[in-house]
Amino acid sequence: MYKLTVNKKNYDVDASPDMPLLWVIRDIIGLTGTKFGCGMAQCGACTVHLNGEAVRSCVTLVTRAVGKEITTIEGLSAESTHPLQLAWLQEDTPQCGYCQSGQIMSAAVLLRENANPSDQDIDEAMSGNICRCGTYPRIRKAIHLAAQIQKKGGNS
Amino acid sequence: MTELVKPNRRQFLKSGVMLGGGLIISFMIPASAKRLADKSMPDPAATFAPNAFLRIAPDGTLNIILAHVEMGQGIWTTLTMLIADELGVDWDKIKVQHSPPGQAYAHTLFGIQITGGSSTTYSEFDRYRQAGATARTLLITAAAQKFGVDPATCRAENGMVISGDKKAGFGELAAAAAALPAPTNVVLKPASEWKYIGKGMKRLDAPAKVNGTAKFGMDMQFPGMLTAVVAHPPVMGGKVKSFDATAAKAVPGVKDVVQIPTGVAVIADHFWAAKKGRAALKIQWDAGVNATLTSATQLKEYQALADTKGLPALEKGNVDAALGSATRVVEAEYFFPYLAHAPMEPMNCTVKLTKDACQIWTGSQLPGIDQMAAAKVLGFKPEQVSLETVFLGGGFGRRATPTSDFVVEAVEIAKASNKFIKMVWTREDDMAGGYYRASFVHKLKVGVDAAGYPAAWKHTIVGQSIFAGTFLEAMVQNGIDSSSVEGVADSPYVKDIKDSFVGLHSPKVAVPVLWFRSVGHTHTAYVMETFIDELATSAGKDPLEYRRALLKDDSRNLSALNLAAEKAGWGKPLPAGHFQGIAVHESFESHVAQVAEVSVNADGTYKVHKVVCAIDCGLAVNPDGVKAQMESGIIFGMTMAKYGKLTFKNGVVEQSNFHNYRIARMNEVPEIEVYIVPSSEKMGGAGEPGVPPTAPAIANAIYAATGKRMRQPPFEKIT
Repeated sequence: MYKLTVNKKNYDVDASPDMPLLWVIRDIIGLTGTKFGCGMAQCGACTVHLNGEAVRSCVTLVTRAVGKEITTIEGLSAESTHPLQLAWLQEDTPQCGYCQSGQIMSAAVLLRENANPSDQDIDEAMSGNICRCGTYPRIRKAIHLAAQIQKKGGNS
Repeated sequence: MTELVKPNRRQFLKSGVMLGGGLIISFMIPASAKRLADKSMPDPAATFAPNAFLRIAPDGTLNIILAHVEMGQGIWTTLTMLIADELGVDWDKIKVQHSPPGQAYAHTLFGIQITGGSSTTYSEFDRYRQAGATARTLLITAAAQKFGVDPATCRAENGMVISGDKKAGFGELAAAAAALPAPTNVVLKPASEWKYIGKGMKRLDAPAKVNGTAKFGMDMQFPGMLTAVVAHPPVMGGKVKSFDATAAKAVPGVKDVVQIPTGVAVIADHFWAAKKGRAALKIQWDAGVNATLTSATQLKEYQALADTKGLPALEKGNVDAALGSATRVVEAEYFFPYLAHAPMEPMNCTVKLTKDACQIWTGSQLPGIDQMAAAKVLGFKPEQVSLETVFLGGGFGRRATPTSDFVVEAVEIAKASNKFIKMVWTREDDMAGGYYRASFVHKLKVGVDAAGYPAAWKHTIVGQSIFAGTFLEAMVQNGIDSSSVEGVADSPYVKDIKDSFVGLHSPKVAVPVLWFRSVGHTHTAYVMETFIDELATSAGKDPLEYRRALLKDDSRNLSALNLAAEKAGWGKPLPAGHFQGIAVHESFESHVAQVAEVSVNADGTYKVHKVVCAIDCGLAVNPDGVKAQMESGIIFGMTMAKYGKLTFKNGVVEQSNFHNYRIARMNEVPEIEVYIVPSSEKMGGAGEPGVPPTAPAIANAIYAATGKRMRQPPFEKIT
């Protein structure tokens, strides 16, 4: 049994120590917003926050998450009002949508640490996240827009 | 919710009462609709059960039911706009859902339920507007009766029918409208009254896709459901000889291990236990016919075939004689590897089986075919199988398998284990799972006249047929799979040449192949547009001017070409070290031109700085959606140009995951500009036509930079 805190809620989970956090979140806790894309930290679809850091949950063992704050896309904001979520809608960013949770979770760390990211900053922070639909140009625009929204004090 | 109506050609429209007093509008497809399906398909006349394209609940909620599926291309919103404009809706009261399988949702052109061919919007443009107009007509009639006024004084807007100072909400009118006879004809609104069409709306699926609530097949979870992971043969098409599941069954959480026709399935409480169980299986495999399949050898075989004539896809005059008298002959050979679609969501399917019913949840581009395939496995009638289509985490053609491969596999697991399972493929399973874009060789010998223009065109294509042996066998005529030669045999560059020959070889290889976003155009556009470029430069002509001369009677290609060239500043000074390449290609009824701007570094690596794109798709119903599809197609095409390559060694796929089957990432994506040609021409598609011109435009820019012709994509480095 491991005690985990996901989106500020406590869970006791029965998992083997080698179980990646992704499968604990999805198959045991039942939060399916975090996606499985590759299983080897290549695509970023499984990105969550561990104490505020973006990690690829598909290769993060559950043991590493014990005692830490885990945040998934479902916990990013209560009402989908994170500046990134607002900007994502404004730019009509998602297509198939499967990678978008991971994209937003990666971008959220970037935006927290860098209130005004340049294109190069976006390249560096976001190149671990694959989008097969090619929504990258809109993701880039949305991050810039989210920075503006954040500057104005959060909700557009 | 639905009612059975005996089909009748005149009874094109039918209204009815839905449970709870709402209004349901359903349709019959005209019996004259073109049908490609073969005789194994159920006869629509016998099984026709009209279903609703829209429902209005007493509370005014408008449910739009989609005959097509949302896989990123945006039809969740675009089809809704078609109904909404005719109906006069309150946009905030719209709810969208996928239809169940059913003949009422058959494609208006293809006759079966399919999302593909970039055809959703134009094939539904009339049917969905008519659905909205029918509902509007009925609601207005009901309101006029209620108000005691002439229907001509009524209008529908914002979810209400209004006449003078009287108004009533759609929900309020739904029951009365449903009791009315279907209108014999409905009048569609003129374009001047469109509020949404041609202007565009934000994606209705986006809110659920930014907060994790959008449900994909992978996200299906139910009490009692287990997860199944399948050990597939390492050699494509191999079979299980024997296996020992002792160690697998000892893995905590593993509930069962069953053999199925395609491998051995491990069923467990969750994915991780199933995957560990699979790793613990000991399986002896029979490699089968692909044991010696190796890509390098296959290429040699294809090249040898390309030296022979092949079946004629196009034959005019005497090409060999014309080549003999040509001023100059230009020759080239191209090779294209297999490609995996690699959608972000690996294949998966959830199946709940009882004695006489089967429930399926998956993301499918062919729900009706999948339903029938599942029924066949189970010995059920199709109506005993229900299938709920959830969001597709990318399709690109992979989720439209005529064999229903991943659905059948999941049903086989449920049948063998008698358990409620979600079958999940890993990325590695997905990569090695077949149904690839086929590998192709093209060999060209083209004679040019004194002015440098093509006068004799001899072209041989070698590659597997995707249609042969499927329900779309009708797409193979006289041995020619139209998808293998599309973009060549019907090329505007070839049509006026007096002496031409396009030959096709369709070797049978035991690797399942499939349509892949933009299908044959993935390779034919590359060949045509790089080769035309080569003819231009070898004649000392500007590639844009050369194309203009050849396309002078092809107004739509020409307008796309001219717009892209103008917006890209073709021929104008570029930053130092930057070079442009251009390409134009028609596919899926749309005409797309692109100019790529590239620089090549000293070490041979290169960067695509910018792609300027122009599309003539006729009316763009949702212009920003068209732009999004062009961006998407360009990046998809760039991935093909740079990385797209799947190879076999002794029957085993050599790529396994995104580290060795790479996809373009944020840091390499060019600036993209998209322009839509103002056009009242025939409507075309958007999901695929953006793909074909990208790789050749990049290759042509690389030629401009280096003088090297790229004849074997992918090219990550110019050496």
